[in-house]
Amino acid sequence: MLIRPRTSADLPSSEITPESLYLNRREWLAAAGLTIGAIAGAGTLLPRGLAAQQPAGTPYGLQKDDKPTPWADVTSYNNFYEFGTGKDDPAEMAKGFKPRPWTVKVDGMVKKPGDFALEDFLKAGKVEDRIYRHRCVEAWSMVIPWRGIMLADVLKRAEPAPGAKFVEFTTLYDPTRMPGQRSDVLRWPYREGLRLDEAMHPLTMLATGVYGRDLPNQNGAPLRLVTPWKYGFKGIKSIVRIRLTDRQPETAWNDSAPNEYGFYCNVNPTVDHPRWSQAKERRIGEFLRRPTLMFNGYADQVASLYTGMDLRKNY
Amino acid sequence: MQMPAWWNTVREFKRPWWWKWVVWIAILAPGLLTIAGFLSDVLRDTRWLGSNPVKEGEQILGLLTIKYLVATLAVTPLRRLLGWNWLARDRRTFGLTAFFYALTHFLWYVLLDIQLDGAELVVDLTKRTYIIVGFAALLVMVPLALTSTRKSIIRLKKKWTVLHQWTYLVPILGVIHWWMSVKADIEEPIVFSLTFAVLLGWRLWYARRETSQHAATPSATSAAP
Repeated sequence: MLIRPRTSADLPSSEITPESLYLNRREWLAAAGLTIGAIAGAGTLLPRGLAAQQPAGTPYGLQKDDKPTPWADVTSYNNFYEFGTGKDDPAEMAKGFKPRPWTVKVDGMVKKPGDFALEDFLKAGKVEDRIYRHRCVEAWSMVIPWRGIMLADVLKRAEPAPGAKFVEFTTLYDPTRMPGQRSDVLRWPYREGLRLDEAMHPLTMLATGVYGRDLPNQNGAPLRLVTPWKYGFKGIKSIVRIRLTDRQPETAWNDSAPNEYGFYCNVNPTVDHPRWSQAKERRIGEFLRRPTLMFNGYADQVASLYTGMDLRKNY
Repeated sequence: MQMPAWWNTVREFKRPWWWKWVVWIAILAPGLLTIAGFLSDVLRDTRWLGSNPVKEGEQILGLLTIKYLVATLAVTPLRRLLGWNWLARDRRTFGLTAFFYALTHFLWYVLLDIQLDGAELVVDLTKRTYIIVGFAALLVMVPLALTSTRKSIIRLKKKWTVLHQWTYLVPILGVIHWWMSVKADIEEPIVFSLTFAVLLGWRLWYARRETSQHAATPSATSAAP
């Protein structure tokens, strides 16, 4: 029988037989190396064995059965409403988008504000490759090899002022370059926010690439936020402004549907979205669903940020 | 009112011999292609339905249901407008097609999306309004599909007409279900809601016109039961 209900939900995830053993149509891609996926998807060679650089049990919390999602899926299944609401819209509609030259403004409660050309902006930190799980609020997930710098390095260089408590991010607003902004699906520009301690957390990245290459436009070129323990929509794309503030920033999805999307957006299998369960997820490329892990499997690193908080209320 | 000559040509268009083949292909091909694409994606690592074939297939089947509800409800207005009475026999075909796509959409959700998770199904069917509404639409269609035979029409007589007026509820529940299930991209639900509004509104207008015309003729009023 092809379909079987899960019975092993009470086991720790590490002891569950990987579902990929039952049926995984794309396993061979990952197993054969990322190179093959790249040829299939983009026709270009990628750095060899990127996955091997980060074995299981690294500080980034990769599980044994986490295999990078093929390039073809990472770059064609996107939520980026600035380029259309369909999953395959961004790959098509962002083709002509020019992510250079690009300026990032750092301002608000910092001692050293400024407008930085992207190249100078990135000098704040060291560019690294990191493979993270990515869990969308829509209950699908991927494993993505990001490239980027730590947000903490950017903030340290700007020197937060004593009263600063939050970081606000803003996407480019330019309907001529981002056609999706011509319709009112969200209140533009897209805005997101983090508490300062979340922003300073070593897992928090500003990504400039995937699979060792520059970010494709549909993935948020040239600069996007990556917070792997939060739902994907926290990962604001095409960032033009980073502002420090003492008030909790307004965020785009919270503004659109406050009962469905909160400020924290932490991955939490025990708190359902009003319209669907968050207990399980569908890993892109796999048929059977996986159990969703608390904080997307990064509880060891981030749970302490939320001690004493009611995560049911602060969703 | 003087109509142009081509209008008569349109009105005199008769059911061509190949029409039933067009209908058969139109009702079967989208569903079969979706299932074939899905199987290929899961078993052979293709991407006919994109990166998330379970979700995509589910949405395609839901949309097909909506489209065949449009076709079903369009038959009668087209008959009146174009005089194509030969379309009448396709109404049941389209209605049953809508029902079977709705049923497949539901089974897809139970078997492939939530993968027979009983607890999740119970929560969905009791707490999640858009799923309740969608399920209600399917339930309304069941007696309609069961009584769609010629036999039932003869057996139920007037009751059949009354029962099948429930058809009008289905697209209303259907678009509510769809509207509530999307995140923010409501463009398509709006387009189809307007389409249904026109198709249902036309019926109201037509019924009212019929009554007033009958009222104008004294013989019709006296003959009314």
